[in-house]
Amino acid sequence: MEYENQFEKSANRTRRHRKDKFFAFSLILPGIIVLAILVLILIMLVAKGVKAFNPDFFLSVQKPFGVEGGGIVNGILGSLLIMAMASLISIPLALIFSVTLIEKKDTRIARLLELCLSSFQGVPSIVFGVIMYSWLVVPLKSYSALSAAIAVSFIMIPTVSATIKEVLLLVPSSYKEAAISLGVPRWKAMTGVIVPSAMPGIKGAVGLGLARIAGETAPLLFTAFGNPFLSLNPSKPVSAMPLIIYDYIKSPYADWHEKAWGTALLLVLMVFALTLSISARQKNAHPR
Amino acid sequence: MEYGNSSVVTTVLPQFVSDHVALEIKNLVVEYRDGVQAVKNISFSVPRQAVTAIIGPSGCGKSTALRALNRMNELMPGTRTTGEVLFHSKNIYDPNVDPVTVRRHIGMVFQKPNPFPKSIYENIAWAARIHGLTDNLDDLVESSLRQAALWDEVKDKLKKSALSLSGGQQQRLCIARSIALKPEIILMDEPTSALDPISTASIENLIHDLKQQYTIIIVTHNMQQAGRISEMTAFMLSGDLVEYAPTNRLFVSPEDERTERYITGRFG
Ligand SMILES: Nc1ncnc2c1ncn2[C@@H]1O[C@H](COP(=O)(O)OP(=O)(O)OP(=O)(O)O)[C@@H](O)[C@H]1O
Ligand SMILES: [Mg+2]
Repeated sequence: MEYENQFEKSANRTRRHRKDKFFAFSLILPGIIVLAILVLILIMLVAKGVKAFNPDFFLSVQKPFGVEGGGIVNGILGSLLIMAMASLISIPLALIFSVTLIEKKDTRIARLLELCLSSFQGVPSIVFGVIMYSWLVVPLKSYSALSAAIAVSFIMIPTVSATIKEVLLLVPSSYKEAAISLGVPRWKAMTGVIVPSAMPGIKGAVGLGLARIAGETAPLLFTAFGNPFLSLNPSKPVSAMPLIIYDYIKSPYADWHEKAWGTALLLVLMVFALTLSISARQKNAHPR
Repeated sequence: MEYGNSSVVTTVLPQFVSDHVALEIKNLVVEYRDGVQAVKNISFSVPRQAVTAIIGPSGCGKSTALRALNRMNELMPGTRTTGEVLFHSKNIYDPNVDPVTVRRHIGMVFQKPNPFPKSIYENIAWAARIHGLTDNLDDLVESSLRQAALWDEVKDKLKKSALSLSGGQQQRLCIARSIALKPEIILMDEPTSALDPISTASIENLIHDLKQQYTIIIVTHNMQQAGRISEMTAFMLSGDLVEYAPTNRLFVSPEDERTERYITGRFG
């Protein structure tokens, strides 16, 4: 009896064990596949892109159609310009929106704002390009870095607002209570205590927003347009890294194909660096 | 056993000269969003420059009643307050009274120490600056910290984060932060319940000193504490104010049978 029982138990256990293992494996498998694909893409990017990396690639502007050599510095700086201008537009608005969503919670304004922001997140990004084309490019008769920055801000604002809102909600409500109990108006409590104490998270939200727009191509096609020369004038067309990839990969030249891969690799590295610096900072942020 | 040191107050009770009243609460009712009446029609007068304790079992409405005295309940949407809280013979719930101003004069210290994630200095200076107390800010910080009996411990690290202090130090910092604005009344909601006995004793000593200048209303779970530090004690039970009397009288010869049951520990 005893023996039998024990035997049965252990048989059960091994069977259960096997089942567990199988189950765990079936959970891990999709993860492994995704990871493998990701690694494959990275290997391919590095293998094909790194050949393009040389001082010229980073320091000189694009060469004319069909001419070998040159670099993409106009694209790198153009992308940075667009991202900087988009930050200038998006960060204040995202802060205002997220604070409004929290402070005016359950009011009509907040509900309307929430609806707008979430609807914007669902709009294909090329639509923002088209809109800015007809609102700015056509009236001003010029493609411009500014129109591109506004177009990508349409993408950046909703994502950053939503993230900042979550970050602000994580701030202990006791801080707000403390501030309010000192006879401080609500908006000062927000700007003086709650926003500053959420700063690491807010920076992270902005970083993620930038990572999100760094590779956007569609909204740039008829706003930034591209520019083979180095330009940092907001009212003039500029180049951008995604535009260069788009142009070069379509071209018939092996040299340009190589540069397209190089640009793609650089873009991915930049986004990686951004994401990594965010998570590093998050870890360094003082724990409560 | 001796309870409180309330001879002065005792003699003028039950009808204080109005000069001696810091706050007069009349028919106060507080309802939460779900319609639950957490405070049911309570009335009492709080003596000036003395310590008034509110005791009662958990959930009886002590915190709610206390937070009604500087309109903190309004932070929670849906709460409804009726009745009057007279401060300098003006109802703080009057529609043309700004709750922000009320809280400027009636400060609050919370159960869990909640210093801002700023430097020790900034914890005090921040709100002071907003209220325009900008000349001699350094002096204000120092005097507030001295009054809160914290100066000697922190004078060399004012720029350090307040979160690096111990729980008891943090709570004294919160008291200093409140004092810096020179309020008339300081509301304290179980300010020592998260602290160890030594920190508790130092806060109790502090409260004893502070009542020379401030009116203090303190919620406490701890009847011994109420006995040690307060002149007046209010006993609440499920939203009602059962008994309000000088502390020594309430603890030695309570009038209500429910009070007696509670203070002798023969309670649910
Ligand atoms: N935000 C809220 N929404 C709804 N009901 C609440 C809320 N806060 C408290 N209550 C209810 O109001 C009643 C009184 O709560 P209160 O916090 O004032 O009690 P308390 O005497 O301070 O208790 P404790 O000693 O546990 O702190 C309780 O029944 C509680 O459930
Ligand atoms: Mg309470």
